[in-house]
Amino acid sequence: MGETTTNIIMLSDLYQDIIVDHTRSPRNYGKLDCASHHAEGHNPLCGDQLELFLHVNDQGVIEDLSFTGSGCSISTASASLMTEALKGKTLKQAEALFEHFHALLTQENAEASEDLGKLIVFMGVKDYPSRVKCATLAWHTLQAALKRQAGLVSTE
Amino acid sequence: MFNIENIRKDFPILSEVINGKPLIYLDNAATTQKPQAVIDTLKHYYEHTNANVHRSVYTLSERATKEYEAARDKVQKYIHATHREEVIWVRGTTEAINLVAQSFLRPQLKAGDEILITAMEHHANIVPWQLVAEQTGAVIKVLPINDQGELILDELDNLLTSRTKLFAFTYISNAIGTINPVKWLIDKAHEKGIPVLVDGAQALPHVKINVQQLNCEFFACSAHKGYGPTGIGVLYGKKELLEKMPPYQGGGDMIRTVSFEKTTFAELPLKFEAGTPNIADAIGFGAAIDYLSQLDWKALMHYEHELFLMAKEALKEIPGLRIIGEAKDQASIISFVMDGAHPHDIGTIVDSYGVAIRASHHCAMPLMKRFCVPATARVSFSFYNTKEEIQVLLEALHGVKKVFGLP
Ligand SMILES: Cc1ncc(COP(=O)(O)O)c(C=O)c1O
Repeated sequence: MGETTTNIIMLSDLYQDIIVDHTRSPRNYGKLDCASHHAEGHNPLCGDQLELFLHVNDQGVIEDLSFTGSGCSISTASASLMTEALKGKTLKQAEALFEHFHALLTQENAEASEDLGKLIVFMGVKDYPSRVKCATLAWHTLQAALKRQAGLVSTE
Repeated sequence: MFNIENIRKDFPILSEVINGKPLIYLDNAATTQKPQAVIDTLKHYYEHTNANVHRSVYTLSERATKEYEAARDKVQKYIHATHREEVIWVRGTTEAINLVAQSFLRPQLKAGDEILITAMEHHANIVPWQLVAEQTGAVIKVLPINDQGELILDELDNLLTSRTKLFAFTYISNAIGTINPVKWLIDKAHEKGIPVLVDGAQALPHVKINVQQLNCEFFACSAHKGYGPTGIGVLYGKKELLEKMPPYQGGGDMIRTVSFEKTTFAELPLKFEAGTPNIADAIGFGAAIDYLSQLDWKALMHYEHELFLMAKEALKEIPGLRIIGEAKDQASIISFVMDGAHPHDIGTIVDSYGVAIRASHHCAMPLMKRFCVPATARVSFSFYNTKEEIQVLLEALHGVKKVFGLP
């Protein structure tokens, strides 16, 4: 018996092509040599682990950022797409973006804010509450890095 | 022989529809589903029996007390304890182990003493020992495992020393299904006079338990892993040890007399059962035992093992899929990882086919580390699963490959 279309529809909401693409070939993957900010994120339940590196200049612009680590598709793609989205943004813009992103994943009827761009592909995660943590791990790690919190952030 | 359709009818949740698909429940190592008999018993208790136990003279309370204590007798018989007061009600395996750590071990531990566990333990059989070790300066030692996920028995002799105060290990690994040579391990420890705690959480649904034959000092299990309710479990302990141990918690029901100067404690088992207990679920546990006892256990276990073998063979055929833990003696639990698909994604995708599996570290992070994986996907079978369900699992795993464009 073949699989029914409902599986495909539901799953393709979550695992959109862009997400699968970024899972298979994550962008900005690797360490930054002279990072001004750095933090580690950890999702103990599923073993997702990532390390984020940023170079923020004196004007408060994120000039470069990268990540390493291993995790599920959602957390890897989220980290990858986040690094793409934030390059060249000011810290203020980055913060606003995180707020919009978080709202997209957690709030009923959240309006998709324009600045989200490609990040809109994570909208499907809302229907999978247990996966919201995966999609936000990179962002929480970002916050930790920017606050220069030493050590580890955890989603638990 | 038994009729699988009839068995399935005993478990109402098995006709549940999940994401538009019939539920295929393959997370039995996390908790098992409950037969109608258990559900009815709980309902009946609250409708006809509910009262506090051991405290009053009126009829209803006596009825509740009688059923509650009858459940203890059922457990005693089921696990073959010598005395009924060797069966202590607890919340589950976790509480049972904490009780032994704090009441049995802590008073006698000195700095440098050793507690031996194994590399395949659930956090419930690691952390309580770490807590007492921190409190006393004792040290945790670990019996390692090989690449198949079996204990390296040759190392046992060196690890059981004159400083070892307890050997605590699991009967069956919840993460990779290994069935340990329990009797052999217990005898080895006893040769050196070392007491043993068996974590029987996964044993309850898979093997017939005989604590007298095992001759372990302590045995811990949870009703919910063996078709009973959550929130209730049992610590079995040898009477002469339990009698010497101080209470675990203080409160009502566990005392004989209280004055502000001195309290004398109740006899076993009540000494360890402070406060109003989980009466309904204890009785529900009894109902689960009644249910299991009227089944053809041998036939069921044979059938469950067939499901396991069939699934394992089929999983091995999937390119890029690697099974973690291939002990010679294995319960119906299979852990695996897949190239290009994280366990978490596997869990979400197969769920859309109605298939419930576990994707995590299975509360056994040191074990995951041993196999260099952050997590695994795990399927675990019960006798109410079917070969058709395994086919759907395989189809769902094929779906995982499709999502990620894997070969
Ligand atoms: C081997 C093992 N030990 C201990 C436990 C803890 O049991 P519980 O959570 O019921 O206390 C479990 C269950 O998760 C288990 O599988």
